[in-house]
Amino acid sequence: MSRKFLFITGIGIILLAFIIAVALYQNQNSSLSGASSTQRQGAPVKGPENAKVTIVEFFDPACGTCADFYPLVKQLMDQYPGKVRVMMRYAPLHTGSDQVVKMLEAAHQQGKYWETLELLFKNQNRWVVNHVSQPMRARALVNGLALDHGRLDIDINLPEVSRVIQQDIEDGQALKVQATPEFFVNGRPMPSFGYKQLSDLVKEAVDEAY
Amino acid sequence: MTVISKVDSTGFQRGWTLVFLAWFVATIATAGSLFFSEVMQIPVCELCWYQRIAMYPLVLVLALSLFPYDPRVVRVAGALVAVGWFIALFQVLLVAGIIPEDMRPCVQGIPCSETHITLLGFLNIPTLSLLTFSLVGTLLFLTHRIETS
Repeated sequence: MSRKFLFITGIGIILLAFIIAVALYQNQNSSLSGASSTQRQGAPVKGPENAKVTIVEFFDPACGTCADFYPLVKQLMDQYPGKVRVMMRYAPLHTGSDQVVKMLEAAHQQGKYWETLELLFKNQNRWVVNHVSQPMRARALVNGLALDHGRLDIDINLPEVSRVIQQDIEDGQALKVQATPEFFVNGRPMPSFGYKQLSDLVKEAVDEAY
Repeated sequence: MTVISKVDSTGFQRGWTLVFLAWFVATIATAGSLFFSEVMQIPVCELCWYQRIAMYPLVLVLALSLFPYDPRVVRVAGALVAVGWFIALFQVLLVAGIIPEDMRPCVQGIPCSETHITLLGFLNIPTLSLLTFSLVGTLLFLTHRIETS
């Protein structure tokens, strides 16, 4: 076999394998619809219902930067009283976080979402080890909250809870959320990541709406 | 005289084949990494970029050294492989938790200690990278041995 033939065959094989892999992969993912919405009915919201500016935050409770941003987002809401609300959506990117967000959603069903979230953020180092969520530890931590714990353990496994999280994950993928936290202010993403960019975006939206 | 040239030509043959294999492996790795990032849209962390810087040029450098065959490519390609190999090793240790990572997790990008794909239960992308650099390095080393013997 001539060397040039071998070389060209090599290129051909790799190219063909690449094209087939792309086709297979895209075929597998074609079921994902293009419809993407930043907000979801029933997602946890903080702030007045009639606020014209909505910050939608896709987050992972195990993400350190999300915990760092939590007070900053609150600060933004205080800066524009009555005009800004924040909606939290799940983007469990860390290993093990899928169980933890289920617990959060179950707490949300009891109206204890924010207490649970704050507790998880504040004590992140107790249940996140090497960027991996430890759902059992997170559950143990939440034991200290005044919740209906029997119901919480049942609700974690409800299909509705899974459905809500699946919806958030699918919307997150459609919106190309690849890192957390990701913010959308009235549907608009940040031009680049940073607190200043977020606060500028909120200011812009408030100026437009009021 | 004829015997010597015969030995030479088989050495040449084997050297060429080894460099060809090294090129083939590097090209598969390049195509694979592009598939992960561009088709599957897996985010690329900083360390992965440094490994790409070492891997991608191999595709061209090794291909050009095949026609005409130039064994001196081992010097250039070997240096690239060494750089890539150490970065891959560093990342594998990071993923394994042996080297701790600074607290800068979800800022802009992706922590390099996070893995996205696991094949056969243990093969994640950094491990694949380390194996590939090791394989290409071994092939180049064998080429060097043949050429200097």
